[in-house]
Amino acid sequence: MRVGLFIPCYVDQFYPGAAQATLELLEKYGVEVVYPLSQTCCGQPMANSGYGKYGKDSADLFMKNFGEFEYIVAPSGSCTLHVKDHVLPKTEGAPKIYELCEFLTDILKVDHVNASFPHKVGFHSSCHGLRGLRLAKCSERMDPEFNKPLSLLNMVNNIQMVELDRKDECCGFGGTFAIAEEAISVTMGKDRIADHQRNGVEVLTGADMSCLMHMEGLLKRQKSPIKVMHIAEILNGNEVVESSET
Amino acid sequence: MKGKTHAEEAAAFIKDDARTHWHDETLWHVRSNRDRSAQGIPEWETLRDTASATKDYVLSHLGELLEQFESNAKANGVEVLWAKDAVEHNQHVYRILQENKVSNIVKSKSILTEECGLNHYLEKKGYDVVDTDLGERIIQFAKQTPSHIVLPAIHLKKQDIGEIFHNHIGTKEGASDPNYLTEAARQHLRKKFVEANAAITGVNFGIAETGGFVVCTNEGNADMGTHLADVHIACMGIEKLIPRAADLGVFLRLLARSATGQSITNYSSHFHRPAEGKKMYIILVDNGRTDQLGREDFKNSLKCIRCGACMNTCPIYRRSGGHSYNYTVPGPIGSILSPGRDLKKYSTLPFASTLCGSCSDVCPVKINIHEQLYKWRQVIAEHTNMDRSKQLSMKVAGMTFGKPVLYDLAGKVARTALKYTPHSLVYSSINVWGKHRDLPEVPEESFKEWYKKNRKQ
Ligand code: SF4
Repeated sequence: MRVGLFIPCYVDQFYPGAAQATLELLEKYGVEVVYPLSQTCCGQPMANSGYGKYGKDSADLFMKNFGEFEYIVAPSGSCTLHVKDHVLPKTEGAPKIYELCEFLTDILKVDHVNASFPHKVGFHSSCHGLRGLRLAKCSERMDPEFNKPLSLLNMVNNIQMVELDRKDECCGFGGTFAIAEEAISVTMGKDRIADHQRNGVEVLTGADMSCLMHMEGLLKRQKSPIKVMHIAEILNGNEVVESSET
Repeated sequence: MKGKTHAEEAAAFIKDDARTHWHDETLWHVRSNRDRSAQGIPEWETLRDTASATKDYVLSHLGELLEQFESNAKANGVEVLWAKDAVEHNQHVYRILQENKVSNIVKSKSILTEECGLNHYLEKKGYDVVDTDLGERIIQFAKQTPSHIVLPAIHLKKQDIGEIFHNHIGTKEGASDPNYLTEAARQHLRKKFVEANAAITGVNFGIAETGGFVVCTNEGNADMGTHLADVHIACMGIEKLIPRAADLGVFLRLLARSATGQSITNYSSHFHRPAEGKKMYIILVDNGRTDQLGREDFKNSLKCIRCGACMNTCPIYRRSGGHSYNYTVPGPIGSILSPGRDLKKYSTLPFASTLCGSCSDVCPVKINIHEQLYKWRQVIAEHTNMDRSKQLSMKVAGMTFGKPVLYDLAGKVARTALKYTPHSLVYSSINVWGKHRDLPEVPEESFKEWYKKNRKQ
């Protein structure tokens, strides 16, 4: 199977490790991964700030890069959602974009993960993936229980998943919200990491690097020993690195 | 509003860290009750679908349903009045009070009268309007506005309430025992009920098929008021209709569970006609509702049954308090209703959200709240010149992201700059991110650079 790999701009610039892990992981499952070199950003920052119109160029560019693929995969729930809702045409035969975890569970139907991670891990359920892409049942809805990213993490050897008090509350990142509503954003983030801290988490992970970046920023400021890793890195068998630069 | 943004109001509220966390925990507790209660209903999602579809029907047949409601209500002996806006609504109430020589008024909680500024209007005409809902009475004493549509005094702690009651109804100084305070309020209100000649209520559901209406309260205060007084004035937003009495079960089951987790509100009182020798009025209020109905992207907001669940679940509301929204209906639903009333004044509310979507999934009538927030943002950016610097930076970002060469360069420049800029400058006051958060560590190379070196054949 051949897929186009979309690496969101901030992952490309600040978290190349998460992108590498995504690439390697997909290759381990026998996927032919193509990474178009002239890709940039999906346009989400502009659109969520009300300037969807300024995202037109990047949307056109996105289609130029990815228009020919049947499947596009991205290690980010919120960018995937934005592309799905606002960039890809809603026509027959148009490319389909998947967030990494749902691609693994729904398309590749992964039933084993060849990795060991002997740590206590807290999972952050990012909102756009959760309630936008429906990667898991959210606590508000009364549907049957399912959780795609967690089902993958639970296949990792020796991993100890930690239950949180509020399992799917927002971390307060929200793109430009993190700046525009700084006070609330920081309070929400602190509350979120406190839940992980209370429950003895050693490594905090999730499928959206942007939320993780926000919480990592707070953890580092507090000199917390909790490490932050993208879910791809754990599934790829990466080890916890002392520097959070992964 | 003094032109303050939601962010400024929120930052002010949040300064009191202990109170913020108490507020958050209290509302989270209500949300948890709601979850537990909804879990007990296997057909919960079907109920939501049904309620949503029923309200869709109401919105697409509003004109004829209103006429049906009016003629049935009239046939029942109720006087039906129409008000195009708040002014007309208040004038109707005033005229009714004059005609019936009313001197004492009790009112049960109604967000609509709050929206119309009725209390203030009547006070200026010399009336003392007594709100009989406990929470509402508390904030009435404190000369505040409700901070929540179901729990109007949720922002006040019991110590605050003790102090307010001490000042207004003479409870013991420093007393904060809820039982003691509630009993004191009950005695105080009993007198008001007995003296009242008119009772004003809101309406939770108007039933087109019968011309009857339903008022839900937990304290029974609407019933007390209407039973004792000779005149009942019911104020109803035109969107409060449901087609048939048979639809009511769906909404009553959803309303209380979504609001507080109760299976049903303590009092769901059905009114059809005035008792012998008494009078009953219904005022049907538009006040911007037909405008909203005309906005294809936003008309769904009129399905709201005012349960307050979206407030309880909203992580921003829970931490910023209802007053930070400066609108009668705060929280997520208020943030999509208010821009329709005044785009400039409420231009920051659709941005008071991370678009987490929890509001839409908790909403018993399935209003796509977070999608409407997103859509309002586009409208606001287009029609108000809200923030020039933001507009410029978004324009530049848009251009950069449109050109791969520019993007690669900008990324490199930013990373290099971050690496070599002195710490004190990176974490200066202009870097809002860095006030409480570290920036990510700067990697040696971007993924793209790594890929070109290592993978590209
Ligand atoms: S929008 Fe939905 S959740 Fe919010 S108050 Fe209205 S009915 Fe309740």
